[in-house]
Amino acid sequence: MPFYEAIRLALAQIRVQKLKSFFTALGVTIGVMFLITVVSIVSGMGNYMKDELVGKLIALNSFELRQRPNINVGGVSDAERRSWRTRPPIFNYDIPPVAASLAAGTLWASYSQSGVNAESPWSTPRRVTAYGVSDQYFTIKRMDVALGRLPTPQEFALGSSVIVIGKDVQDHFFPNLNPLGRELRLAGQPYTVIGVAETQGSAFGISFDQFIVAPERSPLRRLLNPHGVVDALVVQSASESEIPDNEERVREVMRARHQLRPEQPDDFALQTSDSALAFWRKIQHYLVLAGVALPAIGLIVGAIVIMNIMLVAVAERTREIGIRKALGARRRDIMNQFLVESMTLAMLGAAVGVGLGFGFAKIISKATPLPAAIELWSVVVGVSVGAGVGIIAGVYPASRAALLDPIAALRQE
Amino acid sequence: MSQLTAEAPLSSTAERAAVLSQPGAAPDNRWVIVTRGIQRHYDMGGEIVRALRGVDVAIARNEYVAIMGPSGSGKSTLMNILGCLDTPTSGEYWLNGTLVSKMSDDQLARIRNKEIGFVFQTFNLLPRATALHNVELPLVYAGIGAEERRERAREALASVQLEERMDHRPNELSGGQRQRVAIARALVNRPSILLADEPTGNLDSATSEEIMKVFEQLASSGQTVIMVTHEPDIAAHARRVVVLRDGLVATDDRREAFAERMQV
Repeated sequence: MPFYEAIRLALAQIRVQKLKSFFTALGVTIGVMFLITVVSIVSGMGNYMKDELVGKLIALNSFELRQRPNINVGGVSDAERRSWRTRPPIFNYDIPPVAASLAAGTLWASYSQSGVNAESPWSTPRRVTAYGVSDQYFTIKRMDVALGRLPTPQEFALGSSVIVIGKDVQDHFFPNLNPLGRELRLAGQPYTVIGVAETQGSAFGISFDQFIVAPERSPLRRLLNPHGVVDALVVQSASESEIPDNEERVREVMRARHQLRPEQPDDFALQTSDSALAFWRKIQHYLVLAGVALPAIGLIVGAIVIMNIMLVAVAERTREIGIRKALGARRRDIMNQFLVESMTLAMLGAAVGVGLGFGFAKIISKATPLPAAIELWSVVVGVSVGAGVGIIAGVYPASRAALLDPIAALRQE
Repeated sequence: MSQLTAEAPLSSTAERAAVLSQPGAAPDNRWVIVTRGIQRHYDMGGEIVRALRGVDVAIARNEYVAIMGPSGSGKSTLMNILGCLDTPTSGEYWLNGTLVSKMSDDQLARIRNKEIGFVFQTFNLLPRATALHNVELPLVYAGIGAEERRERAREALASVQLEERMDHRPNELSGGQRQRVAIARALVNRPSILLADEPTGNLDSATSEEIMKVFEQLASSGQTVIMVTHEPDIAAHARRVVVLRDGLVATDDRREAFAERMQV
């Protein structure tokens, strides 16, 4: 019997027993639904990490020179942490020689950051994250203003008391007001708002719009980088291929300045988005394992249900099998018939599960801060997994059907 | 009835004795069925039951033969073997010049599909399939394409005057109609033999006569028909009656001789 004939037969059988088929395939549907949901959310989180979170913290084609890495979740021993504390900081006066060593066309900016108390006459005081930055910071971070303007080179050079504020800061301190030209007091000192940055979005429920940015040399420096300590130098290469070269140049200058001998390790960190993403990859690995293991249990249960129902079907349809054998069905015809039936059933269940999984992922991404990405390959995986489950679950019942003795089968009532 | 006697050919006792006495030799083209010394033993929990104890039967092309016997005589076992649903423990079975007694399951399935048309006491139609689909079934396993299948199934149903009922399911048909669907299904693949097992066992006498008429028409049109029954008046429709007793052929006569003996 040709394959399409078997599929038509299976579909007819499923159509006749709609409710039974529905419950039979339910296990597979639920298993695949969770599989798709988990895959969507994990890959959504992955995209978010890459494009949004790390992309925002560390700009494109760039790396940061720091005393120690600031994006670091897990995998760091206490001893390592202790050793970081003894490292010399990056100072103001380290920046010009390092900057001078960079390849032509490379952008750089130094910055420091700290929580600072802010107050305005229109609202309650609140802590905001304050950044003191050098002039190319906005270019590198691709941060533009939605309102007003960025600081001018003169303001950068003079260290004027001007600030660009985030959207949340505007909403809080200047409710329903035009903030431009108004005053925001940071740690008691007045600063003039010259611009509102475009909204930066949020990740996992944490807003990226609760910041203010001031020129590095503004009076804020006494809070942000006392003793001339700089948090980071961000270096943006003209292209991805130039990153290693620039990293090498920075490393050379810094090792020389810190007078490190060749056998001594670096006492500073060069943090790329790759190194920042490494921790995410580690988490993702476990998430995928857990996310696949749990639905897999569902799928095993689903397979057992299908196998059970197929065994019942073989018992119920013994006479039909006898008739088919009497009319010339070979063992493999009967085998195929039941295998295809079980496979079709599981595939239909899986297809429904794929749809529900996408829906579920969408609902989760709407209702919670977790992002979700719909991956088309997961449709293929979901339906193939369903087909595989169906075939595995069908082998035993189908082979029992195929081996039935036609005489005994025909005699059955 | 007398015309049928004239038309249907009948092998003579001497011809049968000749073909049955050459063990191992392939019978010539005239013979559809030749069994030589067929035995079938069953192991019933350690006890060997000898259902057939050496059956010799030769049936020529175009014969219309009834196999009779009381229950326990081995006629069902013989029918299963003749229908290639079972293989003998020993002995040889030649079907249409082919030795089928040693064939594998799948080879037997092909023989059943091509050479044998079954008609059962309980009809054995698929309950959820239409009459047309039931008749198509042997063609599905013969690997024939959908269009030709439909056409041939329709023709077969027309030959039993059921064309207008082809979209009905078995439970929407009367007993006689169901058996006619089964006959159409048996004939659709143009088998060498039509093998009927108590074809009237579930029918009233009027419907039984109707089915017997169909069989007589088939026999007179050249179809080899073998019918297993325990009812003498049904067996009397055949041209020749083989009576089994205790796993052996007891008598093998023309209908006339059989009828005479039954009346005594």
